[in-house]
Amino acid sequence: MTIDLTQMQPGETGIVEEMQGGYGYIRKLQSMGVRSGKRITKVSSHFWRGPQTVEVDNVQIAIGFGMAKRIMVVVKR
Amino acid sequence: MKIEKILLIGNPNVGKSAIFSRLTGAKVIISNYPGTTVEFTQGKMKLGDETAMIIDVPGTYTLEPTCKAEEVAVQMLKEGGLVINIIDATNLERNLHLTLQLLEKDTPVIVALNMWDDTKHRGIYIDIKKLEEQLEVPVIPTCALTGEGIKELIDRLEEAKKKDLPASSDSQKWEKIGKIVEEVQKLTHRHHTLLERLEDLSIKPLTGLPIALGIIYCAFWVVRFVGENLIGHIFEPLFTKLWLPLLMKLSAFLVEGSFLHHILIGNFIEGKINFGQSFGVLTTGLYVPIAMVLPYIFSFYLILGLLEDLGYLPRLAVLADNFMHHLGLHGYAIIPFILGLGCKVPGILATRLLEERREKFIATTLMAVGVPCMAQIAMIVGLVGQRGGKYVAIVFFTLFALLVIKGLILNRVLKGVSPEILVEIPPYRIPQIQAVIKKLWMRLSGFLKEALPLVLLGVLFVNILYTLKIIDFFAYLFTPVLTGLWGLPKEAISALVVGFLRKDVAVGMLGPLNLSTKQLVVGSTVLAVYFPCIATYIVLIRELGIKDTLKSTSIMIIVALLIGILLNLIL
Repeated sequence: MTIDLTQMQPGETGIVEEMQGGYGYIRKLQSMGVRSGKRITKVSSHFWRGPQTVEVDNVQIAIGFGMAKRIMVVVKR
Repeated sequence: MKIEKILLIGNPNVGKSAIFSRLTGAKVIISNYPGTTVEFTQGKMKLGDETAMIIDVPGTYTLEPTCKAEEVAVQMLKEGGLVINIIDATNLERNLHLTLQLLEKDTPVIVALNMWDDTKHRGIYIDIKKLEEQLEVPVIPTCALTGEGIKELIDRLEEAKKKDLPASSDSQKWEKIGKIVEEVQKLTHRHHTLLERLEDLSIKPLTGLPIALGIIYCAFWVVRFVGENLIGHIFEPLFTKLWLPLLMKLSAFLVEGSFLHHILIGNFIEGKINFGQSFGVLTTGLYVPIAMVLPYIFSFYLILGLLEDLGYLPRLAVLADNFMHHLGLHGYAIIPFILGLGCKVPGILATRLLEERREKFIATTLMAVGVPCMAQIAMIVGLVGQRGGKYVAIVFFTLFALLVIKGLILNRVLKGVSPEILVEIPPYRIPQIQAVIKKLWMRLSGFLKEALPLVLLGVLFVNILYTLKIIDFFAYLFTPVLTGLWGLPKEAISALVVGFLRKDVAVGMLGPLNLSTKQLVVGSTVLAVYFPCIATYIVLIRELGIKDTLKSTSIMIIVALLIGILLNLIL
C-alpha cells in the first residue's frame, strides 16, 4: 500500500514511489539519496509534527514534517 | 602540463576541508556537520618547483545551483582549473552524481575516494580498479584525517583527465550510477557497533531528548570545572605571584596619582592594586581577558570542538526543530546559537547556513540579544556569582526568556514562514585529537589576537574619557534613563560606553561601583541586551546590510529599555 513518509512506523522499510513539490526541493532530496525506487527506512519521528529521520543507503537524513508528507512510499503491511 | 589552480569539489561533509588542510597545511576549520565551508578558503601548495593555488569550494550536491553556496561553487568551476572531486567512500552512489556532472564539464578531473578507512568497518568493499575503468579518470583512496593516500593524490595530479562528456539528464545519470555501483561495490552484512547504537538512541525522541539534556548539562559542568581550575591553579597564581610584584615596582616608579599611573596601573583599592577593580591597562586590562575570560574560552571551545567532531550537533538540531519553529527558525539554527555562546562573531557568520533572509534576520537579532558570549558569561558568573548563584540564574533566565519572547513575536510579525529542516545526520566519528587541538588553538589565538587588543584599548579609552571628564558629560546626559528608569547610579554610564567595545570589560566595570545585588542584576542584564560589541556589530552590518541592521538595533534598544525597567520594578 502507498502511504506518505510520516505514516511509516519507526523501523519500517519501503520503496519511494514519488515526491511531490517544487523542482529545487525534489532535486535536493534526490541528491541526498531520496529518489523514486529507493529503499527507505524510517528511523524515528519526532513529537508534535516534528522532523522525520530516515535512512537511505547508509545515510541518515532528517526531513521536516511538511516535506515528509509529500514523499509517497510503498510499504508491505 | 602546468597546474596553476586546483579546485576541491564535493558534496558537503565529505572531508574537503580536511583534505585542503592536508594539501596546504593551512588553517581551516574542519567540522563534522554539513556546510561548514560556506565561504571559500584558498591556499597555496608546492608542486615540484611550481606553486599552485588551491581552492576549497563550498560543498555542493549539484552543479545546477539551488542555494548561495552552490552558486559560488558553479561560478568557481567556470573560472577553470584542475578539479579534485572528493567523494565519501561510504556513500558512493550519492556522491557519484556530482562526479558525473563534473565529467561533463570542460575541466580535468581526478577523484579522491575519501573516508576510505570508514568503509572497512562499515562492511563496504569498493573495487578501485573497476571504478577507475568505469569513470576513466584516476581514483585514489584517501583518509584525510590520518593523511593516508594524500601523497599519492599529489603524485597523480598530472594524470587528471578532461572528459567533456555529452550532457545527460538526471535520470540517465542515476541509471548510469546504478550500473557503476553494482559493478564496483559490494556490501557485506555488518554488526551494529556501539557508536551506531548510540547514533540511533540519540536521534529517537524518547531517548534523544534526555541524552541531549544530559550532554548539555555535562558540557556546561565540564566547561565550568576546567575553567575554574585553570583560573584557581594557573592564572590567578600567575597574576598574584609573578605579575603583581612587577607591577608594584612599576607603581612605585610612576608615583601614585600621576597620569601614567592612572592609565597603566589604575586606582589603588584599599591601598593596594586590585586586579578586578583598579582599572589600569596593565592591571584589569590584562587580568580580565587573560585570567577571567581566557580559561572559559579554552574550556568552552575544547568541549565544542569535541562535540562538533563527534557529529553530535546535527542531532541536537533535529531534536530542537520543533521548539525552534515557534521562533520562526528551523532546528539547524541552533548551531549558530551554540557557536554564539563562544563568540557572537562566528555565531553570526554561521547564520549563512540558513536559507532565507527572514530566518537570518531572526537568528541574528535573537543572537545579538539573547545569547551571551563566553567572555560575558565568564564575567557575569564571576561578578554576579559573588552575590549567590540565584542571581546568576536570574540573569540567564531573563536572557533566555527574552530570546523566546522576541522569537515568538518576530515569527508573528514578519511575513513568511520558516522553511523546513532537511539535513544529513553524519555518523558519529571518534574525534581526532590533533584536529581538535588544532581547531582549539586557532580559536584561542583568534581570541587573543582580536579580543585582547580591544580590551586593552577599551580600558585605555575609558581612562582617557575619565581624565577628560567626557564620561561625566555622558553620565549627566543619561542620568534620567540610568537612574530614573533602571535604578542604576550614574557612574554605570562608563560600563555602557565600554560595552560598545567589549562586553567582558564592561561587566567588569560594574565591579568597583559598589552596586546592590539588584542593581548588579539589572546592570549586567542591560549590558548583555542593549547592543552587541563592536566586532559583532561589524559582522552584523556585513551580513544583514545597513537597513536590516538598523531594524535589528532598534529592537535591541527597545528591549534593553524595557527589560531594565521591568527588572528594576519586580526585583
